[in-house]
Amino acid sequence: MSDLKKIKDEFFSKLKGKLNLSEINQIKSDLFGKSGLISSQFKKIASISEKERKKFASDLNIIKDELQQLINYKINEIQNSEINEKLEKEKIDVTLPERDFVRGKIHPVSQTIDQISSIFSEIGFSIEEGPDVENEYNNFTALNTPDNHPARDMHDTFYLDEKKEKLLRTHTSPVQIRTMLKDKPPFKIIAPGRTYRSDSDQTHSPMFHQVEGLHIDKDINMGHLKGCLNYFIKEFFEVDKIKMRFRPSHFPFTEPSAEVDIGYEIKNEKIIIGEGDQWLEILGCGMVHPNVLKNVKVDPMKFQGYAFGIGIDRLAMLKYGINDLRAFFDCDYRWLNHFGFDPLDVPTNYRGLSR
Amino acid sequence: MKITFDWLKDHLNTNLNEEKLIEQLTNIGLEVEGIEKLSAGNELFKVAQIIKIKKHPNADRLNVCEVDIGEKKSKKVVCGADNAREGLITIYAPPGAIIPKTKTKLVIAKIRGITSYGMLCSESELNLSDESDGIIELLSSKYKKIIGKSYFSQSNLNLIDLSITPNRPDCLGVRGIARDLAASGFGMLKKIKEKKNKSKIKQNLNVIINKEKTQGCSAFGSCYISNVKNTESPQWLKDKLVSIGQKPISAIVDITNYVMFDINRPLHAYDADKIEKGIIVRNSKLGEQFTALDNKNYKLDSGMCVISDNKGVLGLGGIIGGIRSGTEFNTKNVLLEAAYFNPRSIRTTAKKLNLDTDAKFRFERGIDPLSIEDGLNKAASLIKEICGGEISKIDMQKIGVYKNKNIKFDPHLFEKITGFKIPNIEMLKILEDLGFKIKKDRKHLKLTVPPWRPDILQEVDIIEELVRISGYEKIKIIDPIKERTKSTLTKSQKLFHFLQRAIASKGYLEAITWSFTDSKYNDYFKDKNKEIKIINPISSELGVLRNSIFSNLIMYLSKNLNRGFRDLSIFEIGPIFTGSNPGEQSIVICGLSAGKKHRLSWIDKERNIDVFDIKRDVIQTLVEAGYNSYKFFIDNETPNYYHPGKSGRLFLNKEKDKVAAYFGEIHPNIKKKIDIKTESLVGFEIFLDNLKLPKKTLNSQKTKFVVSDYQKSERDFAFIINKDVSSQDLINAVSNVDQDLISNIKVFDVYEGENIPQHQKSIAINVTIRSSEKTLNDNDLEKINKLIIETVENKTGAKIRS
Repeated sequence: MSDLKKIKDEFFSKLKGKLNLSEINQIKSDLFGKSGLISSQFKKIASISEKERKKFASDLNIIKDELQQLINYKINEIQNSEINEKLEKEKIDVTLPERDFVRGKIHPVSQTIDQISSIFSEIGFSIEEGPDVENEYNNFTALNTPDNHPARDMHDTFYLDEKKEKLLRTHTSPVQIRTMLKDKPPFKIIAPGRTYRSDSDQTHSPMFHQVEGLHIDKDINMGHLKGCLNYFIKEFFEVDKIKMRFRPSHFPFTEPSAEVDIGYEIKNEKIIIGEGDQWLEILGCGMVHPNVLKNVKVDPMKFQGYAFGIGIDRLAMLKYGINDLRAFFDCDYRWLNHFGFDPLDVPTNYRGLSR
Repeated sequence: MKITFDWLKDHLNTNLNEEKLIEQLTNIGLEVEGIEKLSAGNELFKVAQIIKIKKHPNADRLNVCEVDIGEKKSKKVVCGADNAREGLITIYAPPGAIIPKTKTKLVIAKIRGITSYGMLCSESELNLSDESDGIIELLSSKYKKIIGKSYFSQSNLNLIDLSITPNRPDCLGVRGIARDLAASGFGMLKKIKEKKNKSKIKQNLNVIINKEKTQGCSAFGSCYISNVKNTESPQWLKDKLVSIGQKPISAIVDITNYVMFDINRPLHAYDADKIEKGIIVRNSKLGEQFTALDNKNYKLDSGMCVISDNKGVLGLGGIIGGIRSGTEFNTKNVLLEAAYFNPRSIRTTAKKLNLDTDAKFRFERGIDPLSIEDGLNKAASLIKEICGGEISKIDMQKIGVYKNKNIKFDPHLFEKITGFKIPNIEMLKILEDLGFKIKKDRKHLKLTVPPWRPDILQEVDIIEELVRISGYEKIKIIDPIKERTKSTLTKSQKLFHFLQRAIASKGYLEAITWSFTDSKYNDYFKDKNKEIKIINPISSELGVLRNSIFSNLIMYLSKNLNRGFRDLSIFEIGPIFTGSNPGEQSIVICGLSAGKKHRLSWIDKERNIDVFDIKRDVIQTLVEAGYNSYKFFIDNETPNYYHPGKSGRLFLNKEKDKVAAYFGEIHPNIKKKIDIKTESLVGFEIFLDNLKLPKKTLNSQKTKFVVSDYQKSERDFAFIINKDVSSQDLINAVSNVDQDLISNIKVFDVYEGENIPQHQKSIAINVTIRSSEKTLNDNDLEKINKLIIETVENKTGAKIRS
């Protein structure tokens, strides 16, 4: 047996055993160190006869490569197992709870206002606002509801002075007056906000929310009013089809006036909008009374249009199946969490009103 | 307004059924508010007689009655009424009957050990009147014969409750409703057979309407009926009144009520013998008093329209009569009044005296001024028919004459407003049916408005009549155009929406609370603002407009803490009020955070929520909204509801123009007074109206993107400085050394105590230095270091810690 074969066999069998890293390094230096076995064989090459030199050199190189490969493989194997061992030790219980997080919520009324704004934005309405404290003129007189008129009985008003000149607005309609006094026609606005009436029971809260709508231009008629509300209700309730009924009514600031009912039914204790043969009143509207236009210096011979007022809280109750109006303002943590919306849930036109 | 289909049929010929009626009423604007089955189970209530009465063995105030209900065996009924006595004829309700007032079903029940089979009823229990003292006493002469029979006459009528809008006084009478229905095609309006007054007897009682500046009465018609015999009303009349929920009283009173409900003509009947000499319609004098038919004494202001005689006030015209001249069963001679009272005068008086009656309700809305004679004739002839007697001629006193209202109407306007057309012939028919008199010219209709329609004043009112009767369902839907010419939100509205959601995204639940609050709570948070009282609050706890959102928010936070939640954050965005004039309000976003961070966490250390938590929420929100935090300026001048040492006032920049926000711990005294149970309570207020709106959009604010690729260096400094110098001053001093080179400063340690002199503290900062032109060498850095130390020491009195 040649020396080379001997070396190979000896070290192959050595390397097959269980070794640690330093033992391998020892082997490595035994073979390839300065006076290592393989290194010394290379030194021999020059002294070998020319006839055998070529084969010897080639055999040596092959053995060298084989041994080196085996050593590298072994080193790798040991390193891997060491890492694995370390990782095994680091193992944790990932089912333990994550760090605390808190989630804020948007109140359903705010969410509803944003939805309403988004819908009306699409058809060209912009948003106006007015103060919560109003004067008697803007809240009543300018809206064709003179002092001492029974129509005022429909509004139980909170007053701030004995002369009853300053009050908490009973509806959002004074924003119509403010808007029209401030600008020139055409007008196309909605005005959501807080409103106040002094009654309080299961279905009435002394504060509630309304959204006012006003569209005044040269030829806006009741067909436009019907179309606008039909569009709004369909979009708001996110249904393909609605049943809507216009009923004659009376508001001093519109003529003709209407109340609008939508059809619904109760299925499995849930209210379904747009089906069934029950009617639910959801808003009041009409053509803006010429007296109102005159009061704000808009010529009723040239301009006409419609106005409407919708109870926001009521819409939210219908859409989200909320039974008790008072709960909106009770700030019960559980209720707010239950009915509130994630702040990232911004109603938009392109993404839709709700997820 | 309550009606029955039966009563309507007195005025309307129709083949249609009640279901159709209800639909049609709603369609023409006479909204049906409710439908009540009148007679459901009514047949169960029987006329019965108490034949024997014994004291209840176990209860002093109860009796055990043997009651004859027309069957072989009498019934045993336990009864607590004082007037229960042997022989009394009354009304018996058997087990199974539903008591109208309480809507409860009677069952056989043991009452203190004695089984009671049914109940004897009071008037109020049967909704016949408000009388709840004792059980009903029926006239023996009349009811003795029908013991065991049902008390209520049988009909299958529904009571239809209409919500009549305030512009339609004409529909406060059945005939007016019938007229509207007929115009809409629901049957034919019956002609009224006019009762002619052929009397030759003069009305001898003198009536004068005083001429006064503000005379509330403009016409007073009267009719004298002598030698009447007032009785109970005949059954048909009683049934009629009971059918709409009215209580029969006596024939004369019932007749006046009947005429009022039938043709909306309020009347008043006086016992003529109780009137001293004659009637004077005049203004009241201050302090005058009278006792009205509701048994209450009223003290009058001056200037109220009263009907009086020589002795004083008889009644308030058009509102309520007086006891002194009221008719009774023994009344012999009657004076019947039909008058026209000014709606405003009626309303002012009634409001001042807080009086509401059926007559007042009608007069304040406007009664047909030409219905005086019809009303008097109708009532007088009924009185004669039922009570006998002689009718006089009508005496009519007037100041002023009713003038017809005329409107020139352009039929084209109809389509302009409603968007659809109806044929001229239909227009004419509707208007005629509603009582308009019409003359046509080439372009216009000249309309005379019927006197019972005070609401119709101009062309648009005619359009409403036409579209209402013709049908709102004919209005065509015109779909809206999807186009936007103006941006939906203003900049400040956008900011509102952004901040609302920015705060919510930091873990706060949005609350909406009322704009008013308890003055006790408001006092804690009103600071220098003045209290704004509501004159007529629903309760004293909601008596003032809020000067701060904290008052409500803290109250509700406390409620939630009491529910057992310990770590809570809530906020509200909404108005606070600084005065009682329109516009004296501003929008605030206000938040409260209570409890701990990391409560019961296995991984993080539990600690109380603190000022720097809430400061982060405020600063982060403002930064997200586009404000530059490098410019923020903070001091510690805060309102008195914050902890004076642990609260801050934030300005968007050093110029301190308007306060952008407050943040801090809520004052411990307030926590104590409110008795709020939490480890820690911090809050903030951001004043939206004080945040300057950027002129440019966020887009155009973005500058060119430039970064420095040169190496940065970091240097740490520790300064010892007086305790009352703020870290803000120190940081400003450093950053002002060279704003181009110093790109970031972090405070990484604050220390007081051992090794630091008293009243001083150590602040350690880390400064990042980087040039955009070159890599700084040691020399450059050394220079900067020196400059930083020098500047800070000079400007703040600090000493570098060696």
